[in-house]
Amino acid sequence: MSFATFAPAVAEICLTVAVCLILLVDAFAGERRRRLTPTLTLLALVLGAALTVRYGQVSERLVLFDGMYVADPLAVVLKLAGFLFVAVALLYSRAYLENRNILRGEYYVLTLTALLGIFVLISANSLLTVYLGVELLALPVYALVAFDRDSGVSAEAAMKYFVLGAIASGALLYGMSLIYGLTGTLDLGTLATRLHGPLSAGVVLGLTFIVVAVAFKFGAVPFHMWLPDVYEGAPTSVTLFIGTAPKIAYFALTLRLLAQGLAGTEPQWSQMLTALAVLTLVVGNVVALVQTNLKRMLAYSTIANVGFIVLGFVAGTPDGYAAAMYYTLVYVLVALGSFGVILLASSRGFEADRLDDYRGLHRRDPLLALVMMVLMFSTAGVPPFVGFWAKLRIFQVLWESGHLWLVLLAAAMSVVGAYYYLRIIKLMYFDEPAGELPAARRELPVRLALGLNAAAVLVLGVLPGPLLDLCARVIH
Amino acid sequence: MHGLLSILIWLPIGAGILILLLGDARIAAGRWLALAASLATLALAVPLWTHFDPGSAALQFPELAPWIPRFKAFYALGVDGISMPLIALTAFMTVPVVIAGWSVIDMRPAQYYAAFLVMEGLMIGVFAATDALLFYFFWEAMLIPMFLIIGIWGGPRRVYATIKFFLYTFLGSVFMLAALIYMYVKAGDYSIASLQALPLTLIEQRWIFCAFLLAFAVKVPMWPVHTWLPDAHVEAPTGGSVILAAIMLKMGGYGFLRFSLPIAPDASRELDLLVIALSLIAVVYIGFVALVQQDMKKLIAYSSVAHMGFVTLGAFVVYEIVRHTGSLVGAGMGMDGAMVQMISHGLISGALFLCVGVLYDRLHSRQIADYGGVVNTMPVFASFMVLFALANTGLPGTSGFVGEFLVIIASFRASFWYALLAAVTLMLGAAYTLWLVKRVVFGPVTSPRVAGLKDLNGRETVVLGALAAAVLLVGVWPAPLLKVMQPTIHHLVSQAVASKL
Repeated sequence: MSFATFAPAVAEICLTVAVCLILLVDAFAGERRRRLTPTLTLLALVLGAALTVRYGQVSERLVLFDGMYVADPLAVVLKLAGFLFVAVALLYSRAYLENRNILRGEYYVLTLTALLGIFVLISANSLLTVYLGVELLALPVYALVAFDRDSGVSAEAAMKYFVLGAIASGALLYGMSLIYGLTGTLDLGTLATRLHGPLSAGVVLGLTFIVVAVAFKFGAVPFHMWLPDVYEGAPTSVTLFIGTAPKIAYFALTLRLLAQGLAGTEPQWSQMLTALAVLTLVVGNVVALVQTNLKRMLAYSTIANVGFIVLGFVAGTPDGYAAAMYYTLVYVLVALGSFGVILLASSRGFEADRLDDYRGLHRRDPLLALVMMVLMFSTAGVPPFVGFWAKLRIFQVLWESGHLWLVLLAAAMSVVGAYYYLRIIKLMYFDEPAGELPAARRELPVRLALGLNAAAVLVLGVLPGPLLDLCARVIH
Repeated sequence: MHGLLSILIWLPIGAGILILLLGDARIAAGRWLALAASLATLALAVPLWTHFDPGSAALQFPELAPWIPRFKAFYALGVDGISMPLIALTAFMTVPVVIAGWSVIDMRPAQYYAAFLVMEGLMIGVFAATDALLFYFFWEAMLIPMFLIIGIWGGPRRVYATIKFFLYTFLGSVFMLAALIYMYVKAGDYSIASLQALPLTLIEQRWIFCAFLLAFAVKVPMWPVHTWLPDAHVEAPTGGSVILAAIMLKMGGYGFLRFSLPIAPDASRELDLLVIALSLIAVVYIGFVALVQQDMKKLIAYSSVAHMGFVTLGAFVVYEIVRHTGSLVGAGMGMDGAMVQMISHGLISGALFLCVGVLYDRLHSRQIADYGGVVNTMPVFASFMVLFALANTGLPGTSGFVGEFLVIIASFRASFWYALLAAVTLMLGAAYTLWLVKRVVFGPVTSPRVAGLKDLNGRETVVLGALAAAVLLVGVWPAPLLKVMQPTIHHLVSQAVASKL
């Protein structure tokens, strides 16, 4: 064991140390120095990212810690994205937490722990590490959903999430145990070499359970029932978190587990994912049409977007996985901004989560309205915004792998989806404000970050090349 | 003149963003900036025309820069004889729109001018792009400003109209995108030239043709997917209607000429009767529909559908000519007619919408019944209105005559019946347009509100005067226009009749 062995895991090490330190500091800082923890957390994230860039870089795939852990360029990119997205999410959330008197150290510690879970998943190379990562991510998130403990809705959402999540974890474990029993290995690399040729029914059964668990985590139909309730019930800052960084982890989960570890069962899981993707696209887009709550609508929009990510896996080629990764990153970037807008439009005692709260937003707050418009056009897949390229890339890989009907279905569904995104723009720009609503708060740094978020969506849309190349490079 | 096309695209977009940043508080400066930018774009379109080599069908003013290496997509621009006049038309028509909104738009004027200028740049981008992905990029991006223009500054049913407009176009476009991606996967890059050269089987061509037909038929619009147009036109503010009628509809026609015919020539030959039938239905049936309209804008919108039917008829009658006469004589004439008709309809329909805008600004009504005897109080306006109305009916000496005449002659070579049906529109067009003029302009003054109308102010006179000059110029002396198109059309006809099988 030398420094070189640990260097690739610097992100996880840094986070673990930070979690312990911040927990201690917060306990001793007391009520008066509330602002210390958020600042420390942001510092820890910046430091973690910097250390990862400095020491964590790897030029090729490295398997460490007795095959439990893998370090490759893909993991580095995903972890850096994780640092960035979580830092921005926390930045957006601070004032919201303050206004609801839930700005506590635990919130930040739980978020960092969940991020640690995300990283473990990203670097998992064994079924055990996968499971560890899944639970390390899920448990803090259950607590976060219930964080506003006086709110009945939040408690209900957390309860639902916990129970359904436990079932999914059970399914995952059961599937893994079957696979392990039939192949005799936990290591994903070895698993890939042992699973080829005709498969036994037991392997397929195990695979089915694993796919169900993955679908649950992603929120793919018909395992999506938790998602709208949790998105709506959780405090918006938690929804922001759930809707963003964990998607990266689940992308990594699908890639490491299905595309790499269980590559030998590709024809089987590809069929299952096709059915899931079709259902997800249709249900997500159609049900989103009738929502009146913005958080709930965005939840169904998440489901619809997950459908596209799954389609990237259905293509079953490295290009397809790269497309799924690109879609995930782009989706997270846009979701970050959309929930950020909800957070900024809210104020003390006023939760801006109904669609009607956005009527005439351009008058109250031109910046928020403009940002939201950019994000909505992007999600709808209209150039010059980056969401267009994400969809285009998925269409391309589907054509290349010969999935004609999926292209047409996805194209038709993106038209259906466009309607409810346009509806938000209509509310903000074409309607007049209904009655007096609290003026949006002025917080310059956060607003600047939100503006940059939208600008990134535009810039990446006009010049999509570099990010596309990055995704393709790290996957191949 | 290297980089001229880029300047034409990005100058208005940059000016639009600048106006947005200036905001409503400094709108006086913003207005002048908008006017200066649109005039500068027009001025830059002049060297585009004068330095254009009319003897060549090749792409001129080419620009090529890497854009997305992974997709082999380039920032590739260039113009030929069919895109260059359309760019000139775009640059020309934006100026009156900016001037027409000068004192009329009180609500969020900065965003209004910004939207129009950004849209101008994007529309020029559509015509100038020689890479299919870049083309699609501009084609879709252009929807955003138009969506906002109709939705923010439109009439009472603007939300319905603008969402319908957006979704119709979006639906058509995604299938075009699917077709483009399919060809990209086969051809390996997105350049329009290599898509045109790509060998395709008849079955592939049929599918691709249908995908393109969906996209372009919505845009033209052809019967029966035209229903978004009357709604959008009626609800849009005057400037929006002008750009919609003058430029956006042309993109459908341009798409047929640039994509459908050269990429899927065999499918076009096979399915030409479908397009011709739809065009003739548009020409005849929509002509009757226009006759009974009570709303001036709606009437002109339906008349647009009928006139755009000539464009698609002219483009596809080529195949019938070859089938019936066995020779290419006259085939180019149909396409010449289609192109001239596009330019001419851009000028005339834009002018007519501006005329309606002039009346609407005064009485805030578009109903024909609210007017009558306008000539008594607004003689100058009445002469312009009558001129444009006559141009709309295809009176010789106006631009409307040239395009329709060429298309009808070409249809005669194909079949007597096509020509007869197409010529019916000359009667129907005269009927609904002149009846409109009769009810609105002539007769005794019908109401005190009409009696109180004031004639054109200087601003409006300049705008309508410039358009009238353009209509007469193209009508009396279409030779320069036909000359720049000739080699490209010739090349296009040879592409369209050459089998890929």
